[in-house]
Amino acid sequence: MAELTRDDVAHLAGLARIDLSDAELDKMVGELGIILESVAVVQQAPIEGVEPMSHPMPIVNVTRPDVVRPSLAADAVLAGAPAADQQRFSVPRILDED
Amino acid sequence: MSSIDTEATISYEEVLESFDPVMGLEVHVELGTNTKMFCGCATEFGAEPNTQVCPVCLGLPGALPVVNEKAVESAIRIGLALNCEIAQWCRFARKNYFYPDMPKNFQTSQYDEPIAFEGYLDVDLDDGSTYRVEIERAHMEEDTGKSLHVGGSTGRIHGATHSLVDYNRAGIPLIEIVTKPLRGAGERAPEIARAYVATLRDLLKALDVSDVKMEQGSMRCDVNLSLMPKGSTTLGTRTETKNVNSLRSVERAVRYEMCRHGAILQAGGSILQETRHWHEDTGVTTSGRPKSDADDYRYFPEPDLVPVAPPQERVEELRATLPEPPAQRRKRLQSDWGFSDLEMRDVLNAGLVDLIGSTVEAGATPAGARKWWSGEIARRANTDGAVDVATYAVERGITPAHVVELEGLVKGGRLNDSMARQVWEGVLDGEGTPTAVADARGLELVQDDGALEAAVDTVIAANPEVAQKVRDGKVQAAGALIGQVMKEMKGQADAGKAREIILAKLTG
Repeated sequence: MAELTRDDVAHLAGLARIDLSDAELDKMVGELGIILESVAVVQQAPIEGVEPMSHPMPIVNVTRPDVVRPSLAADAVLAGAPAADQQRFSVPRILDED
Repeated sequence: MSSIDTEATISYEEVLESFDPVMGLEVHVELGTNTKMFCGCATEFGAEPNTQVCPVCLGLPGALPVVNEKAVESAIRIGLALNCEIAQWCRFARKNYFYPDMPKNFQTSQYDEPIAFEGYLDVDLDDGSTYRVEIERAHMEEDTGKSLHVGGSTGRIHGATHSLVDYNRAGIPLIEIVTKPLRGAGERAPEIARAYVATLRDLLKALDVSDVKMEQGSMRCDVNLSLMPKGSTTLGTRTETKNVNSLRSVERAVRYEMCRHGAILQAGGSILQETRHWHEDTGVTTSGRPKSDADDYRYFPEPDLVPVAPPQERVEELRATLPEPPAQRRKRLQSDWGFSDLEMRDVLNAGLVDLIGSTVEAGATPAGARKWWSGEIARRANTDGAVDVATYAVERGITPAHVVELEGLVKGGRLNDSMARQVWEGVLDGEGTPTAVADARGLELVQDDGALEAAVDTVIAANPEVAQKVRDGKVQAAGALIGQVMKEMKGQADAGKAREIILAKLTG
């Protein structure tokens, strides 16, 4: 596996919306590198003829009928919202204005 | 290159002189299921905000999604109707991104294993030719919530201070239908784009899988467009125009982006790969956001859902439920009914095909069915401000049987055309069946030839000059006399018979 770079970590932090300082970035490059190395052991497993697995159970087609079930009450829905207005979740502005 | 105006346009003719357009159309369709894609919340349009949500569609910890059986079947039927292969085994995937209208911070979609792939849709164009739109894939996913942007100008996202989110729409089943890059459309590109979306809409309506209301957002179109210099085979950089939510806008947006790309390329600039927003009111697109690192969606198979593996027999059962394709049905009916292209187009535009179909089935002639539905009944529906004729007919209790009955009265010689119109008036006013109205209003052609002859004699005596013209061979002058006779008979005469008698008396 290619070495994890400082740019990779900065990119990932951006995608995850985590604000890292330069010192933290340096630290994470080292720590994440060790984690990846440790996990890389699984790459030694013999996987010839083994299909990749995305679910632990060998089952398919688990569906439900198209029948309406009760939803939550709106006040319960909004109870966990940091801010609400007009029975809607209030969120910070979406676009950063330049 | 900074001197190039990326918002300028050149004329359509100039674009076509130097470039060939390449289009890709992505259509999102909200399925008309009762419940959401992965939970049992209702999908009613226009419900109070955040009243159709639950732990699953809000993405609360520990909630477990389960696939809607009806949604999978609808997806397969759509795929089959688009002549696609149906995957024998496929999975859902997480598309990860942060946006407040996605409460889970990922959208459950399909990535490299769509339920349907490699199909086509033949599209009839105005000049009678057909263009085959190749379909890349149709996959299942879920809709996002709806944001209300506050603090900016007129609900726009730009300049907003904050947004208010309603998650009722989050999780409603969506099918995304993606075309392959469409080449060789040339100057017809805008028309083909519109015709494709219209044909797709009719097909989805016939499949009864969605209400396909573009104005309500249950069908939405994104337009990818790029230009290639004439003679080149290398694809240019594309832009993706969102928010194109009417058939007319699809056509205009393609044309606008062609003219804008053309201006940039002709000035020696390069196209920025970005999202553009279509503005219906001004007919232009504006820059959205550039494609960036944030478009790294880190797809991975959804671990909370098991694979979808439709058995072949089930797929064949669903194939057997497909309706006759609308375009084919139209051609068949036009030929069965003997309508001209113009007549058929009028009938289609007025949404009368089904009504005429059932009226013919009930025993009327196609010409008669067309005449009354698109004539007297449509006129009244229009005057009374009805949404459309079909709805009006239901409201007023007008059925195909009424049309059949009225046509019978005319053909049987009891009513002439103007009487038939009076009968419709009564029927539409709720006075009863055509026969009942004719009886109640005393509408009946006078069958007594003696009375008719007497009326003709009176009219000839009163109009000697006109009568002389007819005697001299000016047969068309008889028209004035017929009118007088009809007046004399208070409209209750057979005009054809009156003409016969007049001519017999004057020229016989």
